[in-house]
Amino acid sequence: MNRRQKRMLTCQEMVELVTDYLEGRLDDAAQARFEAHVAECDACTLYIEQMRQTIVALGRIPPETVSREAEEALLAAFRSWRAGAA
Amino acid sequence: MQEEEGVRGGAEAAGLPSDPGAELLARLRQGDEDAFRALVEEHGPFLMRLVMMHVPSRSIAEEVVGDTWLAVLNGLDRFEGRSSLRTWIASIALNKARTRGKREGRIVPFALLRRRYEEGGGPALDAERFQGRRGERPGWWASPPVAWADPEDQLEAAETRDVMLHAIRDLPPRQREVIALRDISGWDADEVCNALDLSETNQRVLLHRARSKVRAALEDHLKAETEETTT
Repeated sequence: MNRRQKRMLTCQEMVELVTDYLEGRLDDAAQARFEAHVAECDACTLYIEQMRQTIVALGRIPPETVSREAEEALLAAFRSWRAGAA
Repeated sequence: MQEEEGVRGGAEAAGLPSDPGAELLARLRQGDEDAFRALVEEHGPFLMRLVMMHVPSRSIAEEVVGDTWLAVLNGLDRFEGRSSLRTWIASIALNKARTRGKREGRIVPFALLRRRYEEGGGPALDAERFQGRRGERPGWWASPPVAWADPEDQLEAAETRDVMLHAIRDLPPRQREVIALRDISGWDADEVCNALDLSETNQRVLLHRARSKVRAALEDHLKAETEETTT
């Protein structure tokens, strides 16, 4: 039965392991099997690359803005909080 | 032996705002308006983003964020600094946003199905993308990913950003929160686990589901773009 464990990972399995891989959470043996598959499979190499591109693109989404009015309202609320708290 | 670090050690090193220290906190408690302004400036935009994941409109989001700040001020004396300030603020905002989102009817009704998804059930990609048992190589790609044309330009486009944000809004709430904090706001895994009260493994499973779905949404969108330009 042990022989089966050494078989090559399938692409379907790779796709489920990508995040563990990118997060550095695969143990040495799993990492080695992961990399053995990547070395042989261009499609999975591309898939991992696209996951990386996705993460980068998410990180570049610009921050939301807060409207002037909301900001003013907030400062007013702060002042009355201070008046109450003091 | 102490190699526990594995995860991505350096949110701070990556130039993200670090949490204001005890000094800012002391000034806030004394009612220093500048300290409050600084805090709002630093965390306001990210709170808006987080809350907008849960409520249907910007004006409701602004209300929820306003309520959050009030709760922060009123809770200052109880804040013990066991978690970071922004983690604490984020959990307050998320509680309010979830409650409000539920009231506004944003939550998918099929609670059971949702819970299964939240726990990470279901594949990252449709099984149809892979060869079946009778295929030449079962479990290997049947319809492999195709390289995106001009990813640098395409992924920066406002339209593509909307595709990502829509995909995130369609996720179950926990996945939505994890990906927003990890990938949009750049928090590290530990901090997200704290703010959302998740185990490390659970956090990773949710992140995996969420990222897989956003990638798939990008794939659909960019494929359509490529077909449009080639026909």
